[in-house]
Amino acid sequence: MRIGRRLSLLAGVLTLGLAAAGCGGAKVETGTSSAQPSGSAGSSAPASGGTVKIAINGWAGYEASAGVIAYLLESKLGYKVEKKELAEQVSWEGFESGDVDVIVENWGHDDLKKTFIEEKKVAVDAGSTGNKGVIGWYVPKWMADEHPDITDYKSLNKYASLFKTSESDGKGQLLFGDPSYVSNEEALIKNLKLDYKVVVGGSEAALIESATQAQKQKKPLLFYFWDPHWLFSQVELVRVNLPPYTEGCDADPKKVACDYAELDLDKIVSKRFADTGGKAYELVKNFSWTNEAQNTVANDITNKGMSPEDAAKKWVEANPSVWASWIPR
Amino acid sequence: MTSPPASASPAHVAPPAPRSRTAPLPPWVAPLAGVTVAVAAYLVFRGTALLPHDDDAAQFGAVNDVRDWVDANRNESPIFLFFVNYVRLSVGGLYDAFNLVLHGLGWAGVVGSAGALGWLAGGWRIALVAVLGSGSLGVLGLWEAGVDTLALVLAAVLLSLLVGLPLGVWAGRSVRLRRLLTPVLDVMQIMPTFAYLSPMVLFFQIGNASATIATMIYAIPPAIRITALAIEQVPATPVEASTALGATRWQTLRKVHIPLARATIGLAVNQTVMMALSMVVIAALIAAPGLGSDIIRGLSRANVGIMLPAGIAIVAMAVVLDRITMAAAARGPAPAGSFSSRLRPAVTSVILLVTGVAAWLLPAEFPQEWVLRFAEPVNEAVNWAKFSWYGVTEAVRNAATETFLNPLQTVLTTAPWWLVAAVVLAVAWRTGGPRPAVTAVGCLLATALLGLWQHTMETLTTVLVGVVLALAVGLVSGIAAARSPRFASVQRPLLDAAQTMPAFVYLLPALALFGATRFTAIFASVIYAVPPVVRLVEDGIRNVSPVVVEAARSSGSTDRQLLWKVQLPMARRAILLAANQGIVMTLAMVVVGGLVGAGGLGYDVVSGFSQRTDFGMGFTAGVATVLLGIMLDRITQGADGRPSPRKKRFA
Repeated sequence: MRIGRRLSLLAGVLTLGLAAAGCGGAKVETGTSSAQPSGSAGSSAPASGGTVKIAINGWAGYEASAGVIAYLLESKLGYKVEKKELAEQVSWEGFESGDVDVIVENWGHDDLKKTFIEEKKVAVDAGSTGNKGVIGWYVPKWMADEHPDITDYKSLNKYASLFKTSESDGKGQLLFGDPSYVSNEEALIKNLKLDYKVVVGGSEAALIESATQAQKQKKPLLFYFWDPHWLFSQVELVRVNLPPYTEGCDADPKKVACDYAELDLDKIVSKRFADTGGKAYELVKNFSWTNEAQNTVANDITNKGMSPEDAAKKWVEANPSVWASWIPR
Repeated sequence: MTSPPASASPAHVAPPAPRSRTAPLPPWVAPLAGVTVAVAAYLVFRGTALLPHDDDAAQFGAVNDVRDWVDANRNESPIFLFFVNYVRLSVGGLYDAFNLVLHGLGWAGVVGSAGALGWLAGGWRIALVAVLGSGSLGVLGLWEAGVDTLALVLAAVLLSLLVGLPLGVWAGRSVRLRRLLTPVLDVMQIMPTFAYLSPMVLFFQIGNASATIATMIYAIPPAIRITALAIEQVPATPVEASTALGATRWQTLRKVHIPLARATIGLAVNQTVMMALSMVVIAALIAAPGLGSDIIRGLSRANVGIMLPAGIAIVAMAVVLDRITMAAAARGPAPAGSFSSRLRPAVTSVILLVTGVAAWLLPAEFPQEWVLRFAEPVNEAVNWAKFSWYGVTEAVRNAATETFLNPLQTVLTTAPWWLVAAVVLAVAWRTGGPRPAVTAVGCLLATALLGLWQHTMETLTTVLVGVVLALAVGLVSGIAAARSPRFASVQRPLLDAAQTMPAFVYLLPALALFGATRFTAIFASVIYAVPPVVRLVEDGIRNVSPVVVEAARSSGSTDRQLLWKVQLPMARRAILLAANQGIVMTLAMVVVGGLVGAGGLGYDVVSGFSQRTDFGMGFTAGVATVLLGIMLDRITQGADGRPSPRKKRFA
């Protein structure tokens, strides 16, 4: 009989589960019909329930901005914040599935804007973060001192052997970060006919560590990096000049042969959050700060061992005049 | 290609034992000839018939088109409207329900219920383990994330059992279904976990539902397999007696088969739970909530201090669930009216009552002052190790890369594709016979058709180096353990711990010590694959008949002779199986290593998640890893069939 009892218990749990599933379904849809069972199929309604889902992309500056927004939402407006560790482009897909409400620092991504904002209409631009972002190739300063012409892409091939490593197949190594980052590296190498290979470090941390070692131990290094970043205050870096950016030169990702554009970093939110997010949405929209402010918070997180919450709290307490205007009335 | 039996990639196959043929040639002539031919062919044809990698291959574009179609039709096509989206909603709802209940119980409620369940399953010891283990989630400061993970595991396990147990029972009674299922389950178990994720995102988008389904797919094979085995092994006598007494099929199943198979079915539940736990971390890549998210965060920040508590929390959860399910499976039904059969429910209901009151009175959040934080000291220790061992670790890494990895990779990527295929055919023929050989070559050539030949060769290189290292370490420790009980008793808890750890956690020390390179993935895969290899080797040597050992001793064998002439040859099957398990696990880990610079197919899969334009390549690379896995499996399956699931806990 034990088995029988267990089975009936199991059946009970199952019925309960299915019933709950039914509720989950009904909650999401506009009606009981199956007309649109997808799209906004998130598991919990975000804004109305007072929960904001913020995507966390993998670099310190992003985490700093997200930390401050999250801290203000929680402490000043009484929302609950759910942080989701996601790759950049996956975060955009989260707008559609209902798993993401806010991306706090978007780097360009015109193709995604076209797909998700214009075509699918599931996302909305929520304005600039105030940060100017620029991606580029960097070498440690001591290398530029020793080889002044190294900062010109045309002479990179001459120095390729300096950058050779066990991972670079006999070519020069161009160290790259997280696979999800915005990247034209492969195309640049091909189109500028450089004798280099992109080696993926896998994370921001790998880039920072290599840059630190390159300065400390005078090891040659050519790597992908971006500004704003706190690293510039600790390691002396020099940017390599690629052919200058002109409007539209990066239109075809396969044919890019020019430098990265300076980007006005912006916030993207889901359409639903923009419509129903109330004060939380207002705050996200109003949020705007300087590169220095972001670097301060990012530095606290990475180098002083503070949690994003603590670092955000510290900054918020020190700078009430900056964020006072973000808080909606 | 009816080439002579050759083993041209010398390292990755255990040498087959000499077959008693009537041929006058010594057994090493044929392999040697094969190697010579292969080397000569390589030297002559090197650099010809290459299949270089192209990021824009038409195959990838085709998959991207499918993705775009799905994206465009998600809310229009009837397949989605009436099926896929409903699956997504109901699975997501199931997760939400678990999540709601667990969070509703609050920490006191969950810890108390775990204790009650532990008591019910196996008495006070298990109850204590359950209370301490579930409480540790809070102490580690990961209560919320831990509960999310628990909800995900429970939802996935429930679904797996709902599908797996009936299917297993059916397969246990129908030979035909079993034949049909076996190859499918084989593939599911060889499939590296990464390969599941892209299709999940395609159909179910990111989030709880896809994560639950991916976990379920990973966890279901043991549920089906072990249940089928349990039903199959029910002795014929009681079944016949029951039928003779006029019981219907259904009655026989309920009253005879299931009760007799109960303990083994409990094992199936246990294995399903364990598999689910190891998948939830990887599922964090597609936005699964919970502890996995912390581990991914730690990985992307190269911050061991974030990862370690999450890793420990998962191990704690694994230990609790393992002990409870094992105890429940091992304990036969208590005789009615006995002391314990009356006491247990009483004590359980008291615990539950107290828990209920506590959950009612106490706040749901775990008290902050009980949280133990140790991220900083951990990070300091890691930094210290990193900087003070830098010279050594870099030397080791570079030496291994320059002497093994790079030359082998050069050979594999510059050899003509037909030569690699011929060698694979020959090796597989030699170890497994014609049918596995044809399957292996078929899989290999399919990776070429997918446009991923070169990356497959890169991954194969990493796997081969990893397997050789794992087998070497595993053989030495396995032999040592078999010969010295003291060594075995020291080693066993270490192996236990290593096997419960989620695979991702191994990436962490590797990453800290060696940076993001292929060697990091190899290092992690060696730690991951060694425990099962050690176990199998140890078991194999122990199981050599004592009579034979005695006979060898009395005829004057030295220890060394005993090992080489008697124990190792007689344990050949176990060692082959160890090679097989080792290779499958190494592949799984090397692919995950794509996250930390391992390149090859794993990296394609990772970038397929992260860049929409690479979706097609990532998806295809997932398929290619599965093919590579099947190929390696067929080659190493060797003389015996496939006797057990991947995690061999019972023999």
